[in-house]
Amino acid sequence: MAILSKEEAKAIIDKVLSYATADETSVSVSGGRTGNIRYARNTVNTSGESNEITLSITSVYGKRSGSSSINELDDASLKKAVERSQEIAKLAPENPEYMPMLGPQDFLDTKNFASKTDAINPEYRAKVAMDSIEVSNRGNLTAAGYLEDFSGFVAMGNSRGMFGYNKNTSVDFSVTVRTADGTGSGYAIRDFNDAGLLDSKGVTEISAQKAQASMSAQAIEPGKYTVILEPTAANDLMRLLAFGMDARSADEGRSFLSKKGGGTRLGEKLFDERVNIYSDPMHPELPGRPWNNEGLPSVKTTWVENGAVKNMFYSRYWAEKQGVEPVGRPNGIIFEGGNQSLADMIKSTQRGVLVTRFWYIRSVDPQTLLYTGLTRDGTFYIEDGQIKFPVKNFRFNESPVIMLNNIESLGKPQRAGGNMIPPMKIRDFTFTSLSDAV
Amino acid sequence: MKRRDFIHLSGLGMGAMLTPGFLMMGNPATAEQLLFPGLENAQKKALADIALNTAKSNGATYTDVRIGRYLNQFLFTREKNVQNIANTESFGVGIRVIAAGTWGFSATNDVTPDGIKKCAETAVAIAKANAIMQKEPVILAPVKGAGEVSWETPISKNPFEIPVADKIDLLLSVNAAAMDNGATFVNSNLFMVNEQKYFASSDGSYIDQNIHRIWPTFNVTAVNKSEGKFRSRQALSAPMGMGYEYLDGLASEKISGPAGLISYRNSYDMVEDAVAAAKHAKEKLSAKSVTPGKYDLVLDPDHLGLTIHESVGHPLELDRVLGYEANYAGTSFATLDKWRSGDFKYGSDLVNIVADKTQPLSLGATAYDDEGVKCKEWDLIKNGVLVNYQAIRDQASIIDEPESHGCCYADNWNSVQFQRMPNVSLRPGKEKLSVNEMIKGVDKGIYIVGRGSYSIDQQRYNFQFGGQLFYEIKNGEIAGMLEDVAYQSNTQEFWNSCSQICDKDDYKLFGTFFDGKGQPSQVSAVSHGSSTTRFDGVNVINTGRQI
Repeated sequence: MAILSKEEAKAIIDKVLSYATADETSVSVSGGRTGNIRYARNTVNTSGESNEITLSITSVYGKRSGSSSINELDDASLKKAVERSQEIAKLAPENPEYMPMLGPQDFLDTKNFASKTDAINPEYRAKVAMDSIEVSNRGNLTAAGYLEDFSGFVAMGNSRGMFGYNKNTSVDFSVTVRTADGTGSGYAIRDFNDAGLLDSKGVTEISAQKAQASMSAQAIEPGKYTVILEPTAANDLMRLLAFGMDARSADEGRSFLSKKGGGTRLGEKLFDERVNIYSDPMHPELPGRPWNNEGLPSVKTTWVENGAVKNMFYSRYWAEKQGVEPVGRPNGIIFEGGNQSLADMIKSTQRGVLVTRFWYIRSVDPQTLLYTGLTRDGTFYIEDGQIKFPVKNFRFNESPVIMLNNIESLGKPQRAGGNMIPPMKIRDFTFTSLSDAV
Repeated sequence: MKRRDFIHLSGLGMGAMLTPGFLMMGNPATAEQLLFPGLENAQKKALADIALNTAKSNGATYTDVRIGRYLNQFLFTREKNVQNIANTESFGVGIRVIAAGTWGFSATNDVTPDGIKKCAETAVAIAKANAIMQKEPVILAPVKGAGEVSWETPISKNPFEIPVADKIDLLLSVNAAAMDNGATFVNSNLFMVNEQKYFASSDGSYIDQNIHRIWPTFNVTAVNKSEGKFRSRQALSAPMGMGYEYLDGLASEKISGPAGLISYRNSYDMVEDAVAAAKHAKEKLSAKSVTPGKYDLVLDPDHLGLTIHESVGHPLELDRVLGYEANYAGTSFATLDKWRSGDFKYGSDLVNIVADKTQPLSLGATAYDDEGVKCKEWDLIKNGVLVNYQAIRDQASIIDEPESHGCCYADNWNSVQFQRMPNVSLRPGKEKLSVNEMIKGVDKGIYIVGRGSYSIDQQRYNFQFGGQLFYEIKNGEIAGMLEDVAYQSNTQEFWNSCSQICDKDDYKLFGTFFDGKGQPSQVSAVSHGSSTTRFDGVNVINTGRQI
């Protein structure tokens, strides 16, 4: 019910546009089902499901714009919403950075909808929780986890003839398993478009194994270490770099990509030559949305090639001001790697620290992209190619820019947090203090 | 459960406490709509009674109903431009029941007799369905029905009655003041919130509350293009449980501090602070980089509030202690055995930390919480010893409390209420002591003002904080501005190093508007009061790097 077909969505958008009298009007209609289940202390706390459809209208007079949204799609409600949005637009101050709406666009038919996710029901969610809790109970452990799934659609159109439609699904599952004595904690997280790829029992087993293996961690001195970051940990930091590549901030002199004396570092080789980052809405493991936040078609884009910055985000406004083509923000990035598995990377390490994930990451200095945060839920000391013992968690202060100049090796990329990221072996990673947290 | 309506406001350069992709709840509205009075109380009572009766006849042993109208007006500007004006309204009802010893919750924006009846039936059905998986039946601490009562934030200027044009004029004059004084860029924002909440429960309460909050803030940046360097300074305002009168800038509420700094207690002069911020941002570009080592820290209330929030407020949330937040925010080092020992030294003897939901002008102030419990004040840390937690009705029995502390909150009608942090504040020192007198006694120290970078582990032991402004203290004197400063410590070690607290004349509120917790995540606003406080021998690192 909440998912409209392309034809149904188009008919409603056209109807709204026929009621509009503003200079420009855009309409988006989106909806779907969101469900979740949350458990802790090996018992379910909350679960819920909602179905909703929302239609949003933006009306523009000159450079004044206003918006309204509604949840009812009858003719009277649609007319009222158009009037409301036009009324708000007339009262709005002019936005000097307003860009006229786009005309018809060619959008890719991205494959981000999966029928198995669409078919999720309360019984499925209960089973995910019960399977996970069962693994935990069997090991005399305590699990806390969260599953959230979405199946829906989005359609948009405007008075200049643009129309786009996309059906999409997603599923996110994470679980923390702790030992009964509280000295061990493990974590695992997965995200997919297709719930058929989610093995919640297997994910919980990884988390449980990490919990048991991390019991009674030993303290080692903080300092500079070679680290092996699992994809979840690598993604925690790499996404901050990849999504900070905004041209306007760089041109304005307030970004790590600002150039001394003015301008940006576009084209400069900033990283190890093994660093290659791109986005591709047609990637089979990371299908994207057909359009970006400004309604421009999503296309395959190279961001970093052989360590050099190849592209930065240019909003339509900033691109016009700088006399370049706009470059949209991607939905997710693909960080290329090699073929090594995590086990291979451990085997080839003489001394190092294996990191499962990072936590509470905050910017310390945007000038150098310096971040602080802590390791969490499974940190291990490696010696002579083997995991020797669990270590206490560390606080780090490190910049992903510096990390990408200290690469030892990159493993096989995996989907993590909406991106494709390889496990990474990085030398001289800066741990600045120890934490007693488990 | 209904998914919330929202406007996506990410990427607008908002305050530091915001999570990326923050969602602003509600449907867009005109400024005038925010002044409509909404339903009469008699109508709300009649609707609430339908929910209470329906749930009871379907087998609920307890029911509460929240009919909520949540209004927001957020304004965003940069330099000479207005970036966005967002007015939103969200109206609906959330019904929570206990059936078969288990919670059930359902919400709807169909606030009609029929819609509410169906919603109550769903809530009971969910409770009964969840009962199969229930291992810990709910035990509620008793609460006395309040009857028909009402409360509102004591404001003198309703922010929604001030014309939008006047607010825009203020923000643009703030921006002009910053630019005229050397800023390269400036963003300024004004957040105004009004929660109109009608609560009814099967305990016999019908509570109508009208709550206002306001937060004016900005971020000023100075750029030295030739050196490729930039530095920012954020506003020293606090979000407050006040109306537009917070922006009056009363001279009587200004506190003159060291190094010519002015801080603002219960009245904020935004233009004056913007002028100072522009000068500070420029000064930061050439400030001396800190030498790492041990320093005595003198922490201003505009800074210390966040340290209190992270290192005392969160670890003493009972749901974290029990493991309910293990998969997200984490658990807590302040375990029940430490509290039961009766002698766990959280801090030095000077440290007295109080929780409350009643302090006037604070963000947490309400008469009743979101499960109808009368709000109050209670001690968390007394003379340095851990004495209590933050608990709601279904947790009170776990810590042998006869009643809830009254700190249950939901951020919208369609969110289920749960334990949230009340105001958590450090009591001022009993001895007369000013900031200047405190600084005179420090040989090697740093005076830190304003909130900066903040990070703490999942059990709240190890933390690192930055700030907005850092001043070196040498032999009892301010010796100039420092940069690249962050301090790292351990919660218990840090609070035990507390050696002096200024008196009540220096006391002021700090606040955060968007504290996140839970899955799906909910936001909450909370204040933290303190006077300037000294901590001895804290580890300071240098955060400067070359890339």
